[in-house]
Amino acid sequence: MIISELKPFEELQQALADFDKLFIVGCAACATACKSGGEDEVFKFQEWLNEQGKDATGSVIIDEACHIARAARDLRHHKTALQDADALVVLACGSGIQSISSNVDKRVVGGLNSMFLGNVRRFGQYEEMCSLCGDCILNETAGICPVTTCAKGLLNGPCGGMEDGHCEIDAEIECAWSLIYERLKSQQRQGVFARRVPPKNWSRRIQPGRYRLKDGER
Amino acid sequence: MSLLSEQLGNSQFVVTAEIAPPKGTDLSEALAAVEKLTGITAVNVTDNQGANMRLSSLALAARLQQQGTETVLQLTCRDRNRMALQSDLLGAASFGIENLLLLSGDHSKFGDHPDSRPVFDLDSVQLLDMTAGLMAGTDMAGKFLDGVPEFFPGAAVNPAAEPFELMFQKVAKKVDSGARFFQTQSVFDRETLERFMLAMQPLQVPVIAGVLLIRSARMARFLNDNIPGVQVPETLVQRLDSAEKPLTEGVKIAREAVAWARELCQGVHLMTLGHEDEIPEILA
Repeated sequence: MIISELKPFEELQQALADFDKLFIVGCAACATACKSGGEDEVFKFQEWLNEQGKDATGSVIIDEACHIARAARDLRHHKTALQDADALVVLACGSGIQSISSNVDKRVVGGLNSMFLGNVRRFGQYEEMCSLCGDCILNETAGICPVTTCAKGLLNGPCGGMEDGHCEIDAEIECAWSLIYERLKSQQRQGVFARRVPPKNWSRRIQPGRYRLKDGER
Repeated sequence: MSLLSEQLGNSQFVVTAEIAPPKGTDLSEALAAVEKLTGITAVNVTDNQGANMRLSSLALAARLQQQGTETVLQLTCRDRNRMALQSDLLGAASFGIENLLLLSGDHSKFGDHPDSRPVFDLDSVQLLDMTAGLMAGTDMAGKFLDGVPEFFPGAAVNPAAEPFELMFQKVAKKVDSGARFFQTQSVFDRETLERFMLAMQPLQVPVIAGVLLIRSARMARFLNDNIPGVQVPETLVQRLDSAEKPLTEGVKIAREAVAWARELCQGVHLMTLGHEDEIPEILA
């Protein structure tokens, strides 16, 4: 899921300075799961707005705020509350914020910072394991991604900063290449170590990404 | 052919030193430091060392090369994508720079621009491969070069890294990718160097052992906490701590490492960090 967190209150105060009446949008998907934009957070945000002397004209939790058409549909059910609002505050990831901003003429204020595509280690603890590079090497690396979990995204083994199998940027973190090496060894295969990995094809990740299912796949 | 490649080819024991470009445009201190170097085959010019922004290593190396000092240009993947790396390498060749030390580079988190976006479009193995390609007359896109560079590419290694086998598979890859010599991270004990040189034997690539002049126990502790891949053993920290003149003790420690290198390696790389005047003592 997309891991996001509430922006600092000082930043939100500034972003909302010109508005008195706000409509709040949350997201039932990732932002709910990582507790940044679910029902609880929308409610708390409303209370915080009141403390700031502002009003909430209404709120909605969109099923998946990143779904542009669904966001439009859900917003249509709140026409009056939207009309009354000076602006919308969106507690969703950057994708969700843009679904909303592309559907309304009013100003849209993003309430969250989006951080990464995260795995859940346990509730409230998230880790980035995939950076959506478009050119997956996991089948050779025993299911551990060096593009993401090596701080430098190296493809041919550890850097000179590895110390006792740990990463140079954080001694608490195990070196991705050390983990790959250990797991391949336990599987008794060479995997990625059998070849020199050529430079990555970053054209697979030209931004902005676009993808369309072919006719017949839809 | 560079002097370094010639001397290593003739099995002569080589000595390299290193110089960091200034933060700013005043080259006088760096040039004066190089002036003082004696008995050195080539001078490494560091590339935003420790991820601290400084004048370009290529600019200082070109200047030194033009005034007749042989250099080893250090080039890291941290700050440049594959296009910039290729451009810089061709530029280096145009100034007569042949010796290269091709590195991944310390993470930008360690330096004075921690907010910058680290590049790492290539890793050090791929950088070596690309360099071999340029030397064969083509760029990474397979296009032919008008004027082909001559390089003597080298790579870095930390002989103390663990797991050893994992570190060493990369050394082997670097050799396959055209590394013609290695300069090592600072070596602090003989056994580590011995183990590494034993593993290196079948590869038949010269190794220049890194020797760091540690001025004080405080510096040793700083290195241990802040420099990736450098771990000064506690016994050496103690020696520096209890020494009446820590710098003299540091020179002595460096001299011991030079002695192991003379016995086991093909050269020594001296990192004296502003104390270039101690080099004759270290080599004595």
